[in-house]
Amino acid sequence: MISAQGIARIDAAIAKYPAQERQSAVMTALAVAQEEHGHLSTEVMDFVAGYLGMPPVAVYEVASFYGMYDLEKTGRYKLCVCTNLPCALSGAVEAAEHLKRTLGVEFNGTTPDGRFTLKEGECFGACGDAPVMLINNKRMASFMSPEAIDRLLAELK
Amino acid sequence: MNTAHPPFDPLVFGPDAQIMKGVDGLNWRLADYEARGGYRALKKIFAEKIAPDALIAEVKKSALRGRGGAGFPTGLKWSFMPRQFPGQKYVVCNSDEGEPGTFKDRDILRYNPHVVIEGMVIGAYAMGATVGYNYIHGEIWDVYERFEEALAEARAAGYLGDRILGGDFSFQLHAHHGYGAYICGEETALLESIEGKKGQPRFKPPFPASFGLYGKPTTVNNTETFAAVPWIVLNGGAAYLDLGRPNNGGTKIFSMSGDVARPGNYEVRLGTPFAALLEMAGGMRGGRRIKAVIPGGSSMPVLPGEVMMKTDMDYDSIAKAGSMLGSGAVIVMDETRCMVRCLERLSYFYFEESCGQCTPCREGTGWLYRMVHRIETGRGRTEDLDTLVSVSDNIAGRTICALGDAAAIPVKSFIQHFREEFAHHIEHKRCMVGERGAARDKAAA
Ligand SMILES: Cc1cc2nc3c(=O)[nH]c(=O)nc-3n(C[C@H](O)[C@H](O)[C@H](O)COP(=O)(O)O)c2cc1C
Ligand code: FES
Repeated sequence: MISAQGIARIDAAIAKYPAQERQSAVMTALAVAQEEHGHLSTEVMDFVAGYLGMPPVAVYEVASFYGMYDLEKTGRYKLCVCTNLPCALSGAVEAAEHLKRTLGVEFNGTTPDGRFTLKEGECFGACGDAPVMLINNKRMASFMSPEAIDRLLAELK
Repeated sequence: MNTAHPPFDPLVFGPDAQIMKGVDGLNWRLADYEARGGYRALKKIFAEKIAPDALIAEVKKSALRGRGGAGFPTGLKWSFMPRQFPGQKYVVCNSDEGEPGTFKDRDILRYNPHVVIEGMVIGAYAMGATVGYNYIHGEIWDVYERFEEALAEARAAGYLGDRILGGDFSFQLHAHHGYGAYICGEETALLESIEGKKGQPRFKPPFPASFGLYGKPTTVNNTETFAAVPWIVLNGGAAYLDLGRPNNGGTKIFSMSGDVARPGNYEVRLGTPFAALLEMAGGMRGGRRIKAVIPGGSSMPVLPGEVMMKTDMDYDSIAKAGSMLGSGAVIVMDETRCMVRCLERLSYFYFEESCGQCTPCREGTGWLYRMVHRIETGRGRTEDLDTLVSVSDNIAGRTICALGDAAAIPVKSFIQHFREEFAHHIEHKRCMVGERGAARDKAAA
């Protein structure tokens, strides 16, 4: 259910915590699982539960508590734009409007071709670079003017 | 100039920077840090056999106060850790920076990660902890990866791990990556999260110093707090205190955001006038007039611009002016901004991020947001303003953690200082400040 490299990453996380505290690796395990499967299905969460020796419900709780886990399928690129106040003061609302218009979706919507899902984010701790966008949880894009957004969208095939 | 595109002139952080001194965005590796004098504090401790208690006394003397939001004296916090404890003790670094407006820990971690590692090793030695974690905010994956690289460098060089620098002290430090929950910045929620659970704050007492991570004595400090420690060890607590003001020792990194010409991080001596800090950030964007400032992150009271222009940036001065220094996130709003709309966005944030554990916070943050939203969209009623204040009063102080207070404070302070804008919205069903800034922003950009 998870690749050998993925398991190696989970094992490296397990090794960071006391031997009897495998559960501490659940956040990494779910992140790895989501990277490999695109979202967290019940099957993959059950696998994580088994691997870490946790009750499945404890894994579901973690997956639904933290905002960056996706329990539903998303587009190939999940674009999360921060619209919190500091960013809003530096053009984030315009960035969000430009994204909605260009992609033809509202927040939480996915384009019909399955390429993009648009999400609204809360402060990334990067407000100095506003407007900021997070792509698939890992890549932070700074100073997202409408022109920069257009360039980025063209690059994400 | 901004720190997004290294290399940059180290002076971007300001001439008095200590934590970020000589940092140009590319020189983050161990060799660079050593060339700047890095790990000399740690070597000094072992060479001169400085006792843990003497270190804690030095930190107390420095008047270093926690940089994560509450401003608690760091030396005092360290002294709460039990001395003679037979089991495991932990130190934890809080890099879950998510308080809107705060982006300093990200720059410290990506551009000077070893100063945090050195500070944590020193803290661990002073408190007798042999294991530590750095909890890094979920949205900054590249920073997490870099910190892992820095850890590997420090281990290979003998600054971290078994028998540090060949002595008797061992300390294992690991990075833990968050995944998008503001509440995990609250220290006990953070500990729950490291334990692999939902990040819901714990009842206190017991405090982490007696019952922390995995139930063991634990001290949690902010990234910038640990980053200040090596300088204190090298130069002495008295010298650090001298950088700032009595009871407000040292330098502080302020994250300037909003309507300023050059948003970014500026490290200045505590006690620097706000007007001077604003000037470092290039003054007001487009030369507009200052209207309001939140001086310490979104959870702290907003103040009118004129009040801030007369206030110095240290814990006690900002408290006297009616707000708090908090995390050092300075959110500046100009004359074109609608205060109702600004508050609406903040209230939405607390509603979104309430962990749902306490009823007053879970329900109250929703009420606050819906009421402010109603006013913003022209459907407010005259009695709403008093209701907002009374709902806020009923949340604050009635929850397990301070998120409830954090949601109430903006509401109360925005209404206190800008009541006429709210009243105008209710009465005329629209904004008092004609333009919402969008068109003007474009012109300024
Ligand atoms: C809702 C909430 C969010 C918080 N977020 C952070 C944070 O992102 N970073 C941080 O260092 N402290 C945060 N704190 C404060 C921590 O609970 C804790 O006081 C701090 O990490 C202690 O470190 P210090 O003494 O070095 O400041 C938060 C507190 C609350 C109530
Ligand atoms: S408010 Fe958008 S990153 Fe902080």
